[in-house]
Amino acid sequence: MVSLSIRNIRKAFGTTEVLKGISIDVAPGEFLVLVGPSGCGKSTLLNLIAGLEKITSGEIFIGDHLVNQVSPKDRDIAMVFQSYALYPNMKVRKNISFGLETRKIPKSEIEKTVQKVANMLQIEDLLDRKPAQLSGGQRQRVAMGRALARSPSVFLFDEPLSNLDAKLRVEMRTEIKLLHQRIATTIVYVTHDQIEAMTLADRIAIMKDGIVQQLDTPRNVYENPVNLFVAGFIGSHSMNVVPVRVVKSGQSNCLLIKTGEKTFTIPVDKNPSLLNKWIDRELILGFRPEQISDGFPNQAENNQIHTLESKVEVIEPTGPDTLVFIRINDKKVACRVHPNAARHPGETMKLMLDLSSAIFFDSDTEEQIS
Amino acid sequence: MNDPMVHTAPKTAGVFAGRLFIYGLLILMVFYFLLPFIVMVLTSLKTMADIRTGNLISWPREFTLDAWKTAWGSACIAVECNGIKVYFWNSVKIVVPAVTISTLIGAANGYVFSKWKFWGSEVLFSLLLLGCFIPFQAILLPMAQTLGKLGLSQSLAGLILVHIIYGLAFTTLFFRNYYVTIPDELVKAARIDGAGFFRIFWKILLPVSTPIFVVCVIWQMTQIWNDFLFGVVFSAGGNQPITVALNNLVNTSTGTKAYNVDMAAAIIAATPTLLVYIVAGKYFVRGLTAGSVKG
Repeated sequence: MVSLSIRNIRKAFGTTEVLKGISIDVAPGEFLVLVGPSGCGKSTLLNLIAGLEKITSGEIFIGDHLVNQVSPKDRDIAMVFQSYALYPNMKVRKNISFGLETRKIPKSEIEKTVQKVANMLQIEDLLDRKPAQLSGGQRQRVAMGRALARSPSVFLFDEPLSNLDAKLRVEMRTEIKLLHQRIATTIVYVTHDQIEAMTLADRIAIMKDGIVQQLDTPRNVYENPVNLFVAGFIGSHSMNVVPVRVVKSGQSNCLLIKTGEKTFTIPVDKNPSLLNKWIDRELILGFRPEQISDGFPNQAENNQIHTLESKVEVIEPTGPDTLVFIRINDKKVACRVHPNAARHPGETMKLMLDLSSAIFFDSDTEEQIS
Repeated sequence: MNDPMVHTAPKTAGVFAGRLFIYGLLILMVFYFLLPFIVMVLTSLKTMADIRTGNLISWPREFTLDAWKTAWGSACIAVECNGIKVYFWNSVKIVVPAVTISTLIGAANGYVFSKWKFWGSEVLFSLLLLGCFIPFQAILLPMAQTLGKLGLSQSLAGLILVHIIYGLAFTTLFFRNYYVTIPDELVKAARIDGAGFFRIFWKILLPVSTPIFVVCVIWQMTQIWNDFLFGVVFSAGGNQPITVALNNLVNTSTGTKAYNVDMAAAIIAATPTLLVYIVAGKYFVRGLTAGSVKG
């Protein structure tokens, strides 16, 4: 197991700077996911790690080796591509062994490795087929097999599941995770799909405009996003963000929440000093859809649950629960409720808002207030 | 979708007449386009007496291959009376190396211009493309000077060199456009797998290049075999290609004009390119459109 260290990487194409100083340390055996909207620079970063493109400035270490000047083949990495990039003229067997042959590994050993990899990925009966004769999922397996065969120190995945249909994608996701648990090799995985990022990663790096916005565990980026971008990007349905006014009422700081005709004044007990600076000013309240519902387990013990009444605008049943959309302070808000409790559009519904894990953002800087 | 009712029109007399008209017209057109060739073939099989007494499209009174034998082996071209066979082989000697070399270099160029772009490569490619648009006659004098300096004037090697250089613009364009349709990720994967510049070319790209090779070979072979201008300017005497020889044969007049020999020689001169197109033509169309439709 080998670590990967990215230090203040910059990359410019002509005058456009695509990466603006990225620093990430990946622990040995860690599964790091780079996620972000298209154009955020995540694939470029992966190509730089692979050595397929030249770094403008900064340093990349694989293990203890500075690899800035090392060619891709000598970096001890393997990469799985979105288009699979299988060699169309070669059989599956040859696709897997090609990298070993160029490295002049003895034939008998190559044969053994191919068998082992094929066995691990259950593609033994595909070994004598050409890529054109394989389905998308099978090609994906072969592409992974090709990467596995070399047993590299670092695996790089470039949106490997984007070309699969939804069902297969979920299956392969689980398999990749299982694979990682078995081989425990360091992985850097690029995706634009936040669910993939959440389910696979040990840590997620959320990127936007060539900058890492937040680098943290899936749970932390979900529960504690550092800014509005991360809050909106991670989670499905994304976090509700509502502009609210802070007022002083008696001893406590309260939020003015207007929904329908009524305005509720809701006290915030969490960390009282936090909002002191914001009295009589507006900030942005963020809470997840599951924090506004028809009821919570142990709700009696939680004194930060407040009741609201609001008119239902739209409902979206998802199966286990139903998303009910209401309007708070003129912003659409998603509430995750039990299907039985959901009212029809136009009706008024009683909802409970749990502010115990709500977070606040500065409406100008869009950063979390802490 | 496959309901036969949709496609089967009711069989009325009107429909039948319509079909008859369409096919009749098509057959007429085929005949019209083939007529010159039919006349050539028929004339080449006639005797001179037959030609003098009959008309252009009359059926031969007796079939004879004499004119073909004369054209191939004993017709007089300028002062030599050895037929066009020498010149036929000259053309073969020009076409084979010129096509092979220009195609291979074009493949390598196309590979570099599509997969190993470097600073200025786009500009260089555009400049190279200009070569497709330079008229033959514009380069005759400078090329003659160049060949003179290289000591290749009036030689087969010189003519081959001219054809290679002139063909490169086209072959490079063909291969570059074909390789652009092959995903870059393939090259990236191969680089990570440890393959270098040449290995990627040989092992990954060349094996999938058959369609464009066919296109390139047909194109280059047709161009070079049919070339007259370069042949007439850059070769002399026994080194001339068949197109020039054919012209000389027709223009060498001693007594009566042997139309049957002229026709036979013309067909011999045209046969190789016709054959190539008939044998590989379907790949030509396929290759030209390769990559344009997602497969």
